[in-house]
Formats: sequence, C-alpha cells, structure tokens
Amino acid sequence: MKQDIHAIEVHNLTVSYDGRPVLWDIDFNLECGKIIGVIGPNGSGKTTSLKAIMGLLKPSSGFVKIFGKSLDEVRDRVAYVPQRESVDWDFPASVLDVVLMGRYRGTNLFRRSNKTDLEIALQSIAKVGLTEFKDRQISQLSGGQQQRVFIARALAQQADLYLMDEPFVGVDAATESAILSLLQEMKNQGKTVLIIHHDLQTVSDYFDYLVLLNTRLIAKGEPHEVLTKENLSNAYGGQLTLLSKIVDLIRQNEFPVREKGVDL
Amino acid sequence: MNDFFTILTASIVAINCALLGVFLLLRKMAMVGDAISHAVLPGIVIAYYFSGEKGSVLLLVGATLSGVLATFVIDLFSRKARVQGDAAIGMTYTLLFAVGMILIATLMQGNADIDQECVLYGDIALVNMDKIIIDDNLYIGPRALYTELVAGLVVFGSIIVGFKGFKLLSFNEDFAKSVGIKTSRWHYYLMGLVALTTVVAFEVVGAVLVVGFLIIPPATAQLVTHKLKAMLVWACVFGVLAVIAGYMAAVYFNVSITGAMVTVSGSVFALVFGIMRLRRSKSAKSVIAAEI
Ligand SMILES: Nc1ncnc2c1ncn2[C@@H]1O[C@H](COP(=O)(O)OP(=O)(O)OP(=O)(O)O)[C@@H](O)[C@H]1O
Ligand SMILES: [Mg+2]
Repeated sequence: MKQDIHAIEVHNLTVSYDGRPVLWDIDFNLECGKIIGVIGPNGSGKTTSLKAIMGLLKPSSGFVKIFGKSLDEVRDRVAYVPQRESVDWDFPASVLDVVLMGRYRGTNLFRRSNKTDLEIALQSIAKVGLTEFKDRQISQLSGGQQQRVFIARALAQQADLYLMDEPFVGVDAATESAILSLLQEMKNQGKTVLIIHHDLQTVSDYFDYLVLLNTRLIAKGEPHEVLTKENLSNAYGGQLTLLSKIVDLIRQNEFPVREKGVDL
Repeated sequence: MNDFFTILTASIVAINCALLGVFLLLRKMAMVGDAISHAVLPGIVIAYYFSGEKGSVLLLVGATLSGVLATFVIDLFSRKARVQGDAAIGMTYTLLFAVGMILIATLMQGNADIDQECVLYGDIALVNMDKIIIDDNLYIGPRALYTELVAGLVVFGSIIVGFKGFKLLSFNEDFAKSVGIKTSRWHYYLMGLVALTTVVAFEVVGAVLVVGFLIIPPATAQLVTHKLKAMLVWACVFGVLAVIAGYMAAVYFNVSITGAMVTVSGSVFALVFGIMRLRRSKSAKSVIAAEI
C-alpha cells in the first residue's frame, strides 16, 4: 500500500429506482494500483454502483469519495467506460472521432481539438490495435472492435482511475488477453482499474481484489477470500451444482494465482 | 421578385430546421421536435395578446419558453411519473396545443392576423404582404425573411461554437456527464433552439409541417453519409432542394406551397433510399461475381 488514500471509498451507499432499492448499504474501500473486479448476477446492481460512483445517479443515502475527494475535484483523473450497448453505434462518427471524445472536458468544449489531443488519440488507438481502422465508421466495426474503441477513448483520457462496465463482453480470447496485459501495464504505472466482470472462471486470474454484489455487499476481499461456495451461493442463489463446479475450477486455478505473486 | 423572396425565406427555414433536426434525429428525439412545434402555440397566442403584433421580441421569447416548458414537462412525466416516453410526448403536446386552440378561440376572436388555419398550416403565400421598405420606396424583402435570418445566425452560430458539445450529448450522454459536461444545460439549450426555430417558422410553414422540415432532410442525409459534418451539410442541401422544387411544383399544379415542399422532401427521401438500395445490391452482386 502506497499511501492511506483510497482510490474509491464507498460509504453506506443506497441507490433506488422509484423507491425500490437496487443497492443497499454498500460499503467498501479500494486501494490504488490494483485491478479490481465487481461481480454478481444479472440485475445485482453492478452497473448502478458504477453509475453512482460516477455521479450519474443520485444515491438515496451514503456517499462516494475518489482519491479522498469529491468526484468534481478529481474528475480529470477518472475515466468511465459505459456498457457498449448503452450507445447507438450507427452514430455518424469514425473511430478517431470517438476516441478524440476522450479528450473532451467540461472546460475545453469550445475550442477545437489540438495536435496534442490528436496524438494522444492516435496512440490510444494504436494501443488497442485499431490503427488500420481509425477512419472507419463505427457502425462498420465488429462488437469486439467497438468495445476496443471505448477502451481507447478511456485511455485517451489519461486518467488515474478507470471504471469499466463489462469491457470483455463480445471480445475474442486474443483481444481479451491483449486488453488484460494493457491493464496490467497500467496497473504497473500505479493506475487503478475497476471492472465489472461476468465470467467467474477468469476472475481469480484477472483481479487483485473482488467486490461481490447482490443488492447488498455479499463479500469483498482477495479472490480466494471472496470465491467461496457460501459467498457464491449467497450471491447467485441455489444453483449449487453449477457453483460447486465453479469453486472447483477456481481451486484448480489457484496455483497460477499464487505464482503471479499475489500474497495470500 | 416575390417568388425569389418566398423561396429565400423558406430556404432559411429549411436550413435552420435541417441543422437542428440532425441532432434531434441522432438523439432519437424526432417526436420531441413535433411536440415542441405544437407546444409553442399557447406561448404565441398569449404573447400576441399582450404585445399585439406578430413580430415582437416578446412573442418570440414567450413562445420559445413555452416550447422549452413542454420538453421540461415531457421529462417530468417520463422520469418522475414513469409515463412511457412516447405517451408522455403525446400527452404534453396535445394538451398544450389544445390550450392554445382555446386561447385562440377566446382571446383572438375576430382577429384576422392569427387564426387556427394560419397556425396549423402557415401562410407562405402571404409572407410577402408584410414588407420592409426603407427610404420610402426601396423594398428589401419581407419581414419574415429577416426574422428567419436572425434566427438562422443564432442557430448556425450555436452549432459552430457548440459543435463538440452537441456531438457528445447526442452520442453518449452518460460519458459527457462523466467528464464534467453539464448535459442538462446543453439539452435545454438545444430544445430552446428548436423552439425558437419552430416559433419563427410557424407563420411561414405552420406548426404541422415544420416537423417535415426538421426530420425528413436529416433522415435523407443519414442515408448518404457516415460523417456528422457531412450529414449537416447534406441535410441543408436536401432541405433547400425540397423548398425550390416544392415551390415550382406548387406553382405549376396550383396547390399548397408548404404541402408541396414537404411532399417533395418525402419523395426525395424515397428516391435516395431507392438509389442507395440499388447501389448496395449492385456492389454486393459485383463482389459475389468477382469471387466466383
Ligand atoms: N433506469 C432504471 N429504472 C428502473 N430500474 C432499473 C433501471 N436500471 C436498472 N434498474 C434495475 O436495477 C437493478 C440493477 O440493475 P443494474 O443495471 O445495476 O444491474 P447489473 O448488475 O449491471 O446487471 P447486468 O449484469 O445485467 O448488467 C435491476 O433489477 C434493474 O432492473
Ligand atoms: Mg450492467
């Protein structure tokens, strides 16, 4: 641990839609310089928690701090990657157009994007391997390529904290590992990455820390602490046969985790 | 000369509408444009009642505000009362339009200047009646032309200056918020521009057909380009094309001018759609042929 400042502090967070709480009294602190996974079944409030952290939804109670401050004070240090389906990909824009949006700020909207912006955008496109598609219209990309456009846009923000909503959906295995090594590299530079993830089989490989949600906070901690049969059945309900399979799988995978130097 | 001024005035209406319509279309808010164009009616009537003249600034402001109010009420209905989006739109604008109709019937009794016909369908043929004459005898065009020009400068200037903001608002509102952009200000500013445009356009093309000017040219433009700036330009081109061809057709067949313009606009859409389909299937065939 570098300092005492957490990348994200979530205190007693409750968020409701129409008076119906979908997140209930959530509480966690996330350290800087880690890759953190948020997992939980469909409708468990993962997207909602990200939106609440980003100030897109007003919590009914509780509060969030980022790098020990309110979001508005540190906004330039945070990048948000929404779920891919949240936008219309038929929008008339090229890959470069969208990635350049990562350079937009509330304060620079009225000036044209400059050379630095363009360079940063092109570098970000190169990092996700889309250089040959940079002028392509975004509707003419595959789902995985569109996802990479979103990641490039976040990279162009040059933030310290990245919040990503299911960045691996519809991405092939090769791209997934390419993105993952990109994230590892960012982590090594001291950046913090929070990812909503669905694939339980890969979580223990990918993440340093896990938050398991199902409206309430079911568990938080290092993968081996969180991925227990009890926690998973609390979160995912009764499908125990499936769950015990997953737990077995995770146990088999524990060896490589240790190898990576995660102190257990 | 009168023909020229009519076409010029209508062309500026078409350009204003096309520019804003592009963003309405991209934000999937075409019907909100419809709602605004109807909801400005009570504002127009009330402001007219107090000011007594068609061209007053008070009228513009009053009517524009009532258009923005409509979008505010629509948001309220759909967010707070959880009314389905299109139902919220339908409820709001029919309600406001009905209030406007009643106001016309009561406040405007026996007033020749503003009646239901003119509000609904506009009166492009009468645009030239209200002339601006300087030096006692030099006719420099109808008043409506100048109103449209001023509105056009506001719209054009706003889109040039706020291009990045409107683009991001249309593509990804949540992301815009996340980087600290005050999206609701941008939203209501856009709605205000749409309201202003429909208010100044209503006496030229009427409240019903203005939607045709807002939506059809941008929809046609979307068929031919994948670039936002090009889409804005094409939308203006298609809008002006419909105005000129529609005017000529109306004179030739002796039918309603605005009606003809919107009809031509729709036909152009159909034509472009057909051409694009043909070209696509041809190129697909040639690819297949080449592979064989
Ligand atoms: N705009 C909304 N209005 C009302 N209810 C909503 C809204 N968005 C989400 N919900 C509800 O809130 C709950 C949590 O939704 P959320 O999108 O956060 O789930 P999630 O964990 O991201 O699910 P998924 O894995 O499917 O993405 C769900 O029950 C959902 O039905
Ligand atoms: Mg989600």
